[in-house]
Amino acid sequence: MTGLALSHFTAALLFAVFASVVFGITQREGMRDQVRYGAYCFAMFIGGVIAAGWVMWLVRH
Amino acid sequence: MANSRSKAASAELERPSSQALSAMAVVAPAVGWLIPGAGHLAQKRWIRGLLLMVCIVAMYILGLAMNGHVYQPNSGEVLDILGFIGDVGAGGLYIVSRAMDYGQGMIQHATADYGTKFIIVAGLLNFIAAVDAYHIAIGKKK
Repeated sequence: MTGLALSHFTAALLFAVFASVVFGITQREGMRDQVRYGAYCFAMFIGGVIAAGWVMWLVRH
Repeated sequence: MANSRSKAASAELERPSSQALSAMAVVAPAVGWLIPGAGHLAQKRWIRGLLLMVCIVAMYILGLAMNGHVYQPNSGEVLDILGFIGDVGAGGLYIVSRAMDYGQGMIQHATADYGTKFIIVAGLLNFIAAVDAYHIAIGKKK
């Protein structure tokens, strides 16, 4: 059984969405702060993925 | 004197609600651990509870769908024990997947390794959600 085959970026994107929602809800109070913190976490996750990707590209070349 | 009397009277008035809160402080994290998001739903935080439930359950199921590994409690290796601690955070999802023998295949490709991480992180996020439900129950958070 091969299972669900997601690309690396899709897997990272889904991970970022789910983790950001949970972080936003649990780490802040009030709807506005929760949405802002969730968006911040999401941006950090995706930014980290893109930055790490470029670092690996630079190491490889 | 009058001040201390009024404090005692207010404590007397608050006692029934604090007893109810202490019961909820035990029930909410326990239920939240067993069923992701249920600790918030039990305290009428409908939107937050549903969002937590959807995110944690979806993450766990995606991990299983990617052929992720579900750790067992008695493997003996340190990394496996840490994996088990993460997995067991998913509560009922972990119990069901162990009972149905899901996630016991060999990891043969990178996506399956992502699946393993999805399952572990879903459990860890559920721990955070259960603690949040406890904080709501004791009044530390609204």
